[in-house]
Amino acid sequence: MKINKFATSLIAGSVLTLSTVSLFAQTAEEQGLAISQESIKRDNGWVDMLASMNMVLRNKQGQESVREIRMKTLEVDGDGDKSLSIFDKPRDVKGTAFLSFSHNVGADDQWLYLPALKRVKRIASRNKSGPFMGSEFSFEDLASFEIEKYQYKFIKEEACDIGTCFVVEQYPTDKNSGYTKRIAWIDKAEYRMLKTEFYDRKGSLLKTLTSHDFNQYNGKFWRADLMKMVNHQNHKSTDLKWNDYKFGNGLSDSDFNKNTLKRAR
Amino acid sequence: MKKIALLAIGSGLLTQPVIADELFFEATGKLSTEFTYYPSEGQFSQQDYHSNFSAALSPEFYWEWNDGQDNLTFKPFLRKDQRDSERSHADIRELNWVHLADNWELRSGLRKVFWGVTEFQNLVDVINQKDSVEGLDNEHKLGQPMINLSLVKDWGIVDLFALTGFREQTYPSVDGRLRAGLTVDDSLTSYESSRKEKHIDLAARWSHSIDVYDIGAHWYKGTDRSPQYQAVSNNGDTVLKAHYQQIEQVGLDVQATIDNWLYKGEVIYQDNPTDHYWASQIGAEYTFYGIQESATDLGILVEYGYDQRGTNASANMQNDIGFGARLAFNDAQSSSLLAGVIHDLDYHGTSFSVEADRRFGDNWKASLEARAFSPGKDTDPSSIFAKDDYIKLTLDRYF
Repeated sequence: MKINKFATSLIAGSVLTLSTVSLFAQTAEEQGLAISQESIKRDNGWVDMLASMNMVLRNKQGQESVREIRMKTLEVDGDGDKSLSIFDKPRDVKGTAFLSFSHNVGADDQWLYLPALKRVKRIASRNKSGPFMGSEFSFEDLASFEIEKYQYKFIKEEACDIGTCFVVEQYPTDKNSGYTKRIAWIDKAEYRMLKTEFYDRKGSLLKTLTSHDFNQYNGKFWRADLMKMVNHQNHKSTDLKWNDYKFGNGLSDSDFNKNTLKRAR
Repeated sequence: MKKIALLAIGSGLLTQPVIADELFFEATGKLSTEFTYYPSEGQFSQQDYHSNFSAALSPEFYWEWNDGQDNLTFKPFLRKDQRDSERSHADIRELNWVHLADNWELRSGLRKVFWGVTEFQNLVDVINQKDSVEGLDNEHKLGQPMINLSLVKDWGIVDLFALTGFREQTYPSVDGRLRAGLTVDDSLTSYESSRKEKHIDLAARWSHSIDVYDIGAHWYKGTDRSPQYQAVSNNGDTVLKAHYQQIEQVGLDVQATIDNWLYKGEVIYQDNPTDHYWASQIGAEYTFYGIQESATDLGILVEYGYDQRGTNASANMQNDIGFGARLAFNDAQSSSLLAGVIHDLDYHGTSFSVEADRRFGDNWKASLEARAFSPGKDTDPSSIFAKDDYIKLTLDRYF
């Protein structure tokens, strides 16, 4: 045990690569956890972020429909992020806004603003597995990655598009998750999640997410410009294009309340 | 998003010089066309028709300047109705200026405000007058003139209102459906206050989210949005005269959001010159997510409405139980279906409703609404709708 703790603290406290760490004879579970902790640690400290999402939904016949959403996100120390999403398209939902306080443990707090009624509705956050805006992304696919949300198992290293990847299985701890398992390909150099496979409640492969066109912001934070989600069961797909990433905008708690939700535009 | 530099907008509104580049302008809107079919002719004179066409236009213009610290919204509304001259009407839904600071906002002008948590009626929603000719769901409201200071505190949001003018409720004309046997003659409207529609009403509300609870408490003092009616003779015709009292009301609304459950309640206590009473609306909603291994969610809700005045109450849900079912298909077209039944435990009358909608393409939406009324005892106030069952198709074009 002592030696394992030592190994974990080593990886947390240094830039040692895992191949070095594995010499300490960790279990596959501990290795998987260590890789995930490192990827979270490398993305810590972004404080706040603005970004625009452009989603293109494609059905089996290739017909497309478009979603445009702007997001403000605030990093919260010791808990999940706060975020405000504003819908621009399709036009019938323009002005609809979504406020979410996510939590590492327990249910998230979520409110939806309906502009036609001027009504703010607290909504149940239990619905993690449902589709987001009719897309192939579910709510949980878009939620922030928190270490407590999964149990981990390191499988292997293998060659991937950008060098070598760790292959790690992630088992959701939340009983409301739509998945029994995710398999993530994380690149060894920068700990970016390049590819994720999602397995449904029956254990069958449901979707594959691939991330493309990474850029580094503030010399630290890697973000993909394009994420492609393909559903292998219904043969629909969604492309999620990210634009206008901006970090360090001076956002604070006061940008995330019911008043800001009502006037979000 | 278009960023258009507008050089000439009412410069009087802008108290400080604006660099054209900093001014954000956006125009959006909706054109609605609706067709209503009534299987029966109405029970009152001049209701001897089965169908009605109507169209409504509601553009929205929005300006923002001063680095987003100030904005102006202008949202007119215009409806033309084939049959009902009172339903053909125009309103300014919104014309207001909002100034933002870190922990407060000042909102001035014509606005729409919603308070409440329940689904079948919202007893605590007292700020705006209903635009009744738009439909039975009370979702359509007339623009309310106000000055509203909103303060954001650690212990919640406090809203203070001075409501600087009153709007009378709208009513169908003699040619309209879904009306009482007698029509309301708005030339006879009277007020308790000598200042009439110029009486300044006051309101305050505190709202906060604590853990799984969302809580709101309000106080209101001013003109009642719901008038009292009296049948009078006017030039030989018997018509209804509306009288608006002064009321004082406090109320509480609470929602608890726990896993698949939403527990909701609204309660008010009102004091007015003719009465003082409690009323409440309480209920719960349970959602089954992803039914039958699909993406569809099914919500089931039940609510009970109570009014201490019993059958003397002006409220529709004085001792009524309502059941609802909500299907959200979560597809690319955002298809949804809502069905409801309200049963009156005093009069034993029942009303049914179904609403369905679906987006077509990127800019169109179609909605279908059907209602049926099955009045109970002869004294049931809803017997005025006995022949007004209808099915309505609405097509919205967004731009």
